[in-house]
Amino acid sequence: MSSRPSEITISAEGMEVEIIPVEGEINVGPQHPGSGHMRIYVKVNGDIIEDVDMDVGYVHRAVEKLSEIRTYMQIIPLVERPAILDSINMNLGYIMAVEKIMGVEVPERAQYLRSFAAEVNRIASHLYGTGILAIFLGHSTGYMWGFGDREVWVEILQALTGARLTNSYIIPGGVRRDLTPTIKEMTLKAIAYQRKRMAEWRRIFLNNPNIRDRLENVGVMSKENAIKWGAAGPNLRGSGVNYDVRKAEPYAAYDKLDFEVQVYKEGDGYARTLVRFGEIEQSLNMLEQIIKEIPEGPILADRFFKMIPPARVKKWWDGMRRVVFPGYFASFRPPKGEAITRVEASRGELVYYVVSDGSATPYRLRMITPSYRSIYVFKQLCKGSRYPDLVSIYGSLDYFPPEADR
Amino acid sequence: MSNQPKPSSNPVQNNPVPQAQRPTPQAVPKPPQQPTIIDKLFEELQKRIKVTTRKDAPNRGTIIVDRSQLVEVAKILKELGFDHVKTVTGMDYPDEEKLEVIYHVSSYEHPEYSKVIVALRTTVSYRDPVVPSLYSIWESVWTGERETYEMFGIRFEGHPDLRRLFLPDDFEGIYPLRKEYKLKKEGIFIDEQQAE
Repeated sequence: MSSRPSEITISAEGMEVEIIPVEGEINVGPQHPGSGHMRIYVKVNGDIIEDVDMDVGYVHRAVEKLSEIRTYMQIIPLVERPAILDSINMNLGYIMAVEKIMGVEVPERAQYLRSFAAEVNRIASHLYGTGILAIFLGHSTGYMWGFGDREVWVEILQALTGARLTNSYIIPGGVRRDLTPTIKEMTLKAIAYQRKRMAEWRRIFLNNPNIRDRLENVGVMSKENAIKWGAAGPNLRGSGVNYDVRKAEPYAAYDKLDFEVQVYKEGDGYARTLVRFGEIEQSLNMLEQIIKEIPEGPILADRFFKMIPPARVKKWWDGMRRVVFPGYFASFRPPKGEAITRVEASRGELVYYVVSDGSATPYRLRMITPSYRSIYVFKQLCKGSRYPDLVSIYGSLDYFPPEADR
Repeated sequence: MSNQPKPSSNPVQNNPVPQAQRPTPQAVPKPPQQPTIIDKLFEELQKRIKVTTRKDAPNRGTIIVDRSQLVEVAKILKELGFDHVKTVTGMDYPDEEKLEVIYHVSSYEHPEYSKVIVALRTTVSYRDPVVPSLYSIWESVWTGERETYEMFGIRFEGHPDLRRLFLPDDFEGIYPLRKEYKLKKEGIFIDEQQAE
């Protein structure tokens, strides 16, 4: 053993590891375990990754093409589909673009409700992402806990919107349903529960030596690289860039809510995970504020509310605090124009670019999701890391293939 | 609510202007009331290079360039502090037989430019759909340029890996996001016997 040249023998605490320089390719995916619905073509040298070729597109839904033949309302469920676990934010960004073209003012209460739903969705989505990261690292308890805790928040979304996922809650000019005392009570209970759980999460997951070993100093992205590669959301903030759309360009009620942007400068997988945990705690604070401060008032812009027949207003709004669609929504034609909006979805910045030519369908809809922007980040981050870290990097980026493919 | 475009920020100043004297948007710059970030940016840009600019909103602007100027303008924007590209969008105008590429650029680090999004637009004809790639300036265009290439058939000269991204390798036919690629709309199926 001692006759080998020293470069290819690494001594680690009495154990000698032989690195045999063998070049080759490994095909990961496209089935789910550890890869998502994506094929990753990994070029390795020994167990060091030299390059990865991302074969994305297995769950491509052609959202941008289909939007050419869908009316503006039909596009709401279409844009939600790529990220059903983050559908409030997907819905919100699109509606904001449509409202900008139409010049609609949204009532104050609806703005708060939008923030409320978005923050509930953010908690649920981060717990989902943490669960997936945990199972990638072989931590089955974290997987069960993530999905179990998420259920609490999905239940709140169900009570508020009527659907667990793909809520289609946000409509032009406002939202569909009002916040009732029952939902407020449910949320306050859930906040107390989640706060207690966060301490337990720290004990079993964040301070777990196995998890720390798998995440610390793995997939390190410097601040310069994060900006250069166009990373978004928690991945960007984990690399020390203080950028959050909710602060840079406040939308919904975020200019009135008090919260801190979570920034960690280390840039490794652990920092990205810490950002997500910090954001859950910030979201819990924000939900408390919203419940306390939400003003009374209408939840749909007056110009649309007036179009609802009085008998239906009496039955649905006065009786159940719900809004029914006015007939105008079936095929409205916004004026000619274009709008680009950005929102901070759970995984990062979500950009919509909508061009209207005055017809009932958009001329062009461009949807750039945070996972789409992670494609290049993932490719670059993998270079030079070890093969077993592939899933760790993948999980820490919270990459979600359907969202990236759209 | 801050996102809603407001027609005039100061009604007191705007109201006394008679109908006939109202300046057209392009001809006269707005009276010097609080220049926005976009105004300052365009002023800075015009000092360096002559380009067509348009202010869409207090925090949105458009720069229209010829494709020969594209790289130069992008370099200046990068120097000013625009550090990443949010989207690369293709547009198809079949009536004019033209394609358009739009780069939406913004900043993560610059305290002011992170509040704005600027669209950098350039047009090419069907016959010569080639645009210089901006990969050497902003690496974040990598995904967007590849997607625009496969969906519109616009070639980005200088892109290091210009292959298909989402489409399968054996996909044949027209570029899918061009307007001549027609989608069929499914009808609604009603089983009339069951309905009765």
